[in-house]
Amino acid sequence: MLAAKAGITAIGLLAGTAQPALAQDVPRRVVSMNLCTDQLAMLLADKGQLISVSDLAHDPRSSAMVAEAAAYPVNNGLAEEIYLMQPDLVLAGRYSQLATVDMLRRLGIRVEQFDPATSLDQVTERMTRMGALLGREDIAADQITRFDQRLASFRDGIAPRPRAALYFANGYTSGDQTLAGDILTAAGLINIAAELGLVSGGVIPLETLAMAEPDTVVTGQPYPGASRSEEILSHPVVGALQAGRPSTSMNAQDWLCGTPYVLRAIGQMAELRRDVQADRERQQARK
Amino acid sequence: MTLLTLKDFAVTRRGRDILRNVSLSVCPGELVGIIGPNGAGKTTLMRAALGLIDHNGQSTLAALSARERGRAVAWMPQQREIAWPVNVQTLVTLGRTPHLGTGQRPSAADQAAVDRALERMDLQSFRDRTATRLSGGEQARVLIARALAQETPLLMTDEPIAGLDPAHQIATMKIFGALAAEGKSVMVSLHDLGLAARHCTRLIVLDQGGLVADGPPQDVLTAERVRVTFGINAFLQNTPEGLIFQPLDVVA
Amino acid sequence: MSRLALGLSALVATLFLAALVVGPAPLGIWHGLQALIAGGNGPEVLVMREIRLPRALLGLMIGGALGLAGAAMQGYLRNPLADPGLIGVSGSAALGAVLALQTGLAATVALGLPLAALAGALLGVGLVLALAGPRGSSLTLILAGIAISALAAALTSLVLNLSPNPFAANEIVFWMMGSLADRSMTHVAIAAPLILLGGVMLGSLARGLDALTLGEDAAEAMGVNLTRLRLVLIFGTAAVVGAATAVAGAIGFVGLVVPHLLRPLVGAQPGRLLWASAFGGAAMLLAADIAVRVILPARDLKLGVVTALVGAPLFLHLIYRTRQEGL
Repeated sequence: MLAAKAGITAIGLLAGTAQPALAQDVPRRVVSMNLCTDQLAMLLADKGQLISVSDLAHDPRSSAMVAEAAAYPVNNGLAEEIYLMQPDLVLAGRYSQLATVDMLRRLGIRVEQFDPATSLDQVTERMTRMGALLGREDIAADQITRFDQRLASFRDGIAPRPRAALYFANGYTSGDQTLAGDILTAAGLINIAAELGLVSGGVIPLETLAMAEPDTVVTGQPYPGASRSEEILSHPVVGALQAGRPSTSMNAQDWLCGTPYVLRAIGQMAELRRDVQADRERQQARK
Repeated sequence: MTLLTLKDFAVTRRGRDILRNVSLSVCPGELVGIIGPNGAGKTTLMRAALGLIDHNGQSTLAALSARERGRAVAWMPQQREIAWPVNVQTLVTLGRTPHLGTGQRPSAADQAAVDRALERMDLQSFRDRTATRLSGGEQARVLIARALAQETPLLMTDEPIAGLDPAHQIATMKIFGALAAEGKSVMVSLHDLGLAARHCTRLIVLDQGGLVADGPPQDVLTAERVRVTFGINAFLQNTPEGLIFQPLDVVA
Repeated sequence: MSRLALGLSALVATLFLAALVVGPAPLGIWHGLQALIAGGNGPEVLVMREIRLPRALLGLMIGGALGLAGAAMQGYLRNPLADPGLIGVSGSAALGAVLALQTGLAATVALGLPLAALAGALLGVGLVLALAGPRGSSLTLILAGIAISALAAALTSLVLNLSPNPFAANEIVFWMMGSLADRSMTHVAIAAPLILLGGVMLGSLARGLDALTLGEDAAEAMGVNLTRLRLVLIFGTAAVVGAATAVAGAIGFVGLVVPHLLRPLVGAQPGRLLWASAFGGAAMLLAADIAVRVILPARDLKLGVVTALVGAPLFLHLIYRTRQEGL
């Protein structure tokens, strides 16, 4: 039995996506210890199948599904507490809590790890895999169809595309090959990080941001409690770039994970794009 | 006119009397030697008279404002401290501090006072030397020159000749004598009773915090006094050269 | 104007200009300066006036403040090892600043941030002077500094770790090493009043510090009010170091290196060393801030790293020499 579980895990890891599960293999007690697997599992799991989600799922700044998460007991990603929940499947992120994952595997518990999504395509991939793992392929296929339809509706007829800057604490930004970059593109905005040669994440110095003159600046929402890292978001230069132009701060919970909630982020950005275009037309009319 | 008057003067520290019941006056033209065994209260007397430590009773100097006092008396402490490698000229010019207004630079008059002090201490050739690199004796002379440059009516010095070679000890005492002859006064604490006897116009003997004798050297330095206060037997003789004092042996 | 004053002013002016023309935005020197002075609507004006000008001004002010504070403390303690960073004054100021930021005091009270840093610095200076005594021997001074720095650093880390803001905990290195990156005119306005006030206070100590060359007794007898001098020194140092640390973090070694290098040029006079060290400190910090931008333009290399790389070897040398002289 142990060997069989280990084998399945190994195959799952090698293939990158889960193998279709046999009906009798459908996990009955699933514990998720990663913000993104929390949300995918809550979206797809059968009643009573998911028995615990991570503490972050309850954090309104990070989680798009706080209300749903309230129904689930919380875990803090500690091997001991998760083992005591006697799960038959643990869902984890690829890069976090590695020691816990190793420990659980040594204890013979099946652990499936999910990579963070870096594009919109991967949203459907993740959903397909989660559906397969939970034995809920039909539900997943259903949601994917709806997701694709709504996504397509955003992509229709967009021109000219305004240039947007994503600007987070410490001057950090997301490049084109990231989920955030894809969200901007899908909403019909040009990500200036790409113009500046940033592919994944990176820092745009304030000076470079000022010289790039983006049409709009999207900032991260500051956390409570002061930090020097976030002070840059209220720097007069950012203020000057936002002054008199449409701009917004992002709701991080919609941007963090490859779930259908990215549609809300795309919707917000599409609205911003329309505001920028309307503003531009007003300016031209005045001239 | 007196330069310093102490009346019922006393110093108490941690409940112990360091100095008690001292009354004295210093007039112009005096070279006052303050003598006494270790711990008799010589340094305490001078520092308290200046108002640098808490005291009871009256001191005319301690009653002055800090600035007025700086023009009334120059004080050369026993610790010959020169914290930074400044040159001799700069160090001696520090003596002019009480004469300068806020932000005022030393004037030609101040420089003249510095020149006089350097000349008096025979230090003209040392003017540009770094004070901290001089020998101990040379440093002592520079510090005396600093006190002289203050050009006050009264000079108080605490063991200024300790560590000087005999020639410079005598020369220094003669300089103090010359100042007294000019109408200024000098109070000097010292352990060399021979120099004290020869050069001072007046000696004050302290013992265990009390003033036990005050007067001209030949009156104060008696065989009896020396034996009781200092615990030594000494050879004492009035000669045409002045009073000769030579310690001989410790009293058994 | 002495030759030294002219030379130092020219150096500071040159470095100030250099600080204005170094940055990731590719502006020509003349183009940039023109935008700075003439103004206009372009992004160049934004870069020059809102990014580079405040950064250069802060480098000037904070460097001057640290150089001045170092020279004043050394003059008072008659010890060349005294530096606000090394003896824990900057660390205590950082603790005050962090407390003000995390409790919200900085956001609600005008000048709450620099005043809280001043209070922290005040505690630090007071403790050091109390522990090291009136003439701090090198040993007690450094030991007191180590103890106070360690305590202040631990408490600063604790406060930042307890912050609800996840970024705060990562900023321990900023508060320990200091940086001028992404500062604005707001920060200039926060720091300037206290730095000016403290600078004037410390500058007024010149004659007293000169007199202290002869020791406390002699200085007091020459009319120097030591009680007043001590108070002005403590408040002046706390004001300049507090305000500097509040906006730029704790930057060490400026107050050590600069007075040491300039002392021979002012004839070792503690009074003249004050203004010279203010200029020299400004020059050193401007140079260090140019260096961090040239060496690693994309990263926020901390200023304290550069000043420590320059200052620490000198500090070791000074300790070695102090040992030879028998403390």
